[in-house]
Amino acid sequence: MAGLFETTGDGSAAIALDEVEASILRSLEVQMLELIGPGPGEDSDDPLAALFAEGPTAPPADPALHRLFPDAYGAPGEPADLETTAAASEFRRYTELDLRARKREDALHVVRAIDGLGGQGGELKVEAADCPRWLGAVNDLRLTLGSRLEVTEDDDEGLYSLPDEDERKPMVMLYLWLGAMQESLLEAITS
Amino acid sequence: MSVAPVEIERPEVEGLPSLEPDTPWVTIVHNDPVNLMSYVQYVFQAYFGYPKEKARQLMMEVHGKGRAVVSSGSREEMERDVQAMHGYGLWATLQHD
Repeated sequence: MAGLFETTGDGSAAIALDEVEASILRSLEVQMLELIGPGPGEDSDDPLAALFAEGPTAPPADPALHRLFPDAYGAPGEPADLETTAAASEFRRYTELDLRARKREDALHVVRAIDGLGGQGGELKVEAADCPRWLGAVNDLRLTLGSRLEVTEDDDEGLYSLPDEDERKPMVMLYLWLGAMQESLLEAITS
Repeated sequence: MSVAPVEIERPEVEGLPSLEPDTPWVTIVHNDPVNLMSYVQYVFQAYFGYPKEKARQLMMEVHGKGRAVVSSGSREEMERDVQAMHGYGLWATLQHD
């Protein structure tokens, strides 16, 4: 089925993307790269800048980025005491750059794979070793769209039954497609 | 000036007694409305190496109770686990048990 993964029988998975699907997925991953931003030193002439770079201590203001880079200390939704806040800041300072790098690499991996199709539709084979990257990249997109759409467990907003004229409808369709895509990849590699 | 984070280089030394044998920390995974149940189970299997059934039970606990303790150990170990969970996109925190 187009736009979803199928098992290839050797631990790998394959996805057939038509030209439009490939273009949309690539565009989403490029937007993800823009959201995550460049790594330390990438916009600097100093080759040592990245070595001495420290991560931020405060969580991102953007709710989607905050979801991608959550606090490591403190219960979600509850006010944190000073000690908890300090521990979360320290953890973030030492880990967020690595985490951003990983997510950037996952997104880039998908962009490059799609570029291998040469701007057309086609079948992409994803080797077993690369499946975690795809799972991560697709999951990051889902987390971001889910945050933008304010998805809830019980679909309080009725996102899955929006009328066609609702401006959120296209994003919901993408969100659902990515969910089915991720599920199909999981099925392909665990079957 | 910062030094390299201690999380990166952690040689495994076997046989040494833990300095904090009675002060375990735990990694908690929190429920969220986006992550697929199958993906959460996959992460527990892939990262922790848990058997399928244990991974499924933990996933169901996250889903049903809103949170589950998925690992325990030293603070450094739990920070490593939490960082890994964030890498997978799961919502995880650590705390002193």
